[in-house]
Amino acid sequence: MPTHEPILLKNMSQPGYTGSLSDYEKTGGYQALRKVLGKIAPADVTTTVMKSGLRGRGGAGFPTGVKWGFLPKDHQGPRYLCCNADESEPGTFKDRQLMERDPHQLLEGIVLAGYAIGAESAYIYIRGEMVLGSQILERALAEARAAGYIGKNILGTEITVDVWVHRGAGAYICGEETALLESLEGKRGLPRVKPPFPATHGLYNKPTVVNNVETLANLPHIMNRGAEWFAAIGSPPKSTGTRIFCVSGHVKRPGNYEVPMGVTFRELIDEHAGGMRGEKPLKAFIPGGASAPFLTPDHLDVKMDFESVAAAGSMLGSGGVTVMEEGTSMVWAALRLMEFFYHESCGKCSPCREGSSWLVQTMRRIVAKQGRPQDLDTLSDLCKNIAGRTVCAFGDAEVAPIMSTLKHWRHEYVTLIHEAEMANLIRPVTVGARN
Amino acid sequence: MLREKYKSEIDELLSRYPVKRSALIPLLYLAQREEGYITEAAMIEIAGILKLTPPQVYETATFYTMLNLKKVGKFHIQVCKSLMCALVGSDTVVAWLKSKLGIAPGGTTQDGLFTLSTVECLAACGTGPMMQINDDYYERLTEQKVDQILADLRTIGTSSLKSGPYMWPLPVGVTGDK
Repeated sequence: MPTHEPILLKNMSQPGYTGSLSDYEKTGGYQALRKVLGKIAPADVTTTVMKSGLRGRGGAGFPTGVKWGFLPKDHQGPRYLCCNADESEPGTFKDRQLMERDPHQLLEGIVLAGYAIGAESAYIYIRGEMVLGSQILERALAEARAAGYIGKNILGTEITVDVWVHRGAGAYICGEETALLESLEGKRGLPRVKPPFPATHGLYNKPTVVNNVETLANLPHIMNRGAEWFAAIGSPPKSTGTRIFCVSGHVKRPGNYEVPMGVTFRELIDEHAGGMRGEKPLKAFIPGGASAPFLTPDHLDVKMDFESVAAAGSMLGSGGVTVMEEGTSMVWAALRLMEFFYHESCGKCSPCREGSSWLVQTMRRIVAKQGRPQDLDTLSDLCKNIAGRTVCAFGDAEVAPIMSTLKHWRHEYVTLIHEAEMANLIRPVTVGARN
Repeated sequence: MLREKYKSEIDELLSRYPVKRSALIPLLYLAQREEGYITEAAMIEIAGILKLTPPQVYETATFYTMLNLKKVGKFHIQVCKSLMCALVGSDTVVAWLKSKLGIAPGGTTQDGLFTLSTVECLAACGTGPMMQINDDYYERLTEQKVDQILADLRTIGTSSLKSGPYMWPLPVGVTGDK
């Protein structure tokens, strides 16, 4: 049984912790900065992060140190760090808590990352709706600047890392890193064609790193306690550290739970989230945000690490675990998510733009019991023609709910379509008015 | 005009970015704060400040759902309708608001006080059903809470039921669910 010592949520779990600078300092805050700046070479910080095995917590799970290592070593001129705080993946609400409850933990992580990659400017791209979060971050930034932790000549060294909060304006796609950069440049948030990657051509065409809030919040702890300490937590060697899982849906105690990677879904749902809310058993769950394919009760003993969830046919994604009880229509659930993707498609690539509209219309028809037998083939064809044929991963994400529910609960689609056919058969036919 | 009224704020925003256009969304927010929505005149002025053409400003402004190009009510109620909130009753909240306000999503009450919208996920899935009214989140909604919030907004223009810094579940020893 692994110990469940929280790392990221530890401070905020203490009664009376307000997230102010003095509270953060009392818990050992900004010690990593004192230990690292000017004393450990930036390249060695990157090596430590690589050794820790830290992987991106935004969804893709890319190794953070490796991502930093892609920046050109010989580049003259500015480099940028962007903190991806555009948390918009349905089912995910951890970054909001990290920013609103312990903003300095994130800021310390940002300065450490900025130092490691040689970025003197960092932008926190926070989703526009989180007004409170942006105000809290602005206040924390002012405190940290005044105390000499952020800005020019940090802690009396030659090192400069300045940080600004930049609010988005309500577009899911801006969580995709190249769309985020476009948006930060004041343009429509349309993903860029890769390559070139942000590591060489990012913000203002300069070398840029984009890291998620939770990823950056881990850095002070890794620098304080060492790569070996971090790499021993969770499910080494490939899924190290803890994850904050956001549990929503039909459970007794929804919310954020930080656990070592590698615990099972059953443990998370039953022991942490209190189990199902009522008598009805679990019917389905989404393991990693709306973009992750649905899983069934057969998958409850899958370990929550990147590889195990992928092997089960889904993905750990953003850590948003949504639980659905028996009696929930899977076709309806897939439609609800499809409505989301239809609304959020940025419109750049035709397969996604046109396909999402077609998918949502077909799904609405089936749920309204007006479906046709050929609709199931239409859905499969559409999904196959969207996935993998778009500039960004949105195309793969939008087909996940439909493809996975079609795979596990095809009979629910068939039943709805069958009912539509029966209704058609018995509908009275009046000459000249058949429709 | 924004430039005269908010000179220092605009200068500070521009100083944050090496390329002026990056200040576009912040300036559009400023214009929206001033008039409740973004007027054509404001977009033309912002284009001048950032040395952009008006269509470049319009192109960006039309992409983002939080930038209102049309007038909205004094209180813009946005109810999350994504799956996670729908599982725990957001449709009931929408229906309740419709009957209380006498408007459908997309509509504004005749007194100009409330606009009702349904929106996609607002990152509060553990505390659904939820809604955002102007800058504030309201979570774990019930019919009684919605009634109270509407009454508060009508009378004092704000409500104590709005969310503070987010943490859910609350740590042991801390109470505070409103």
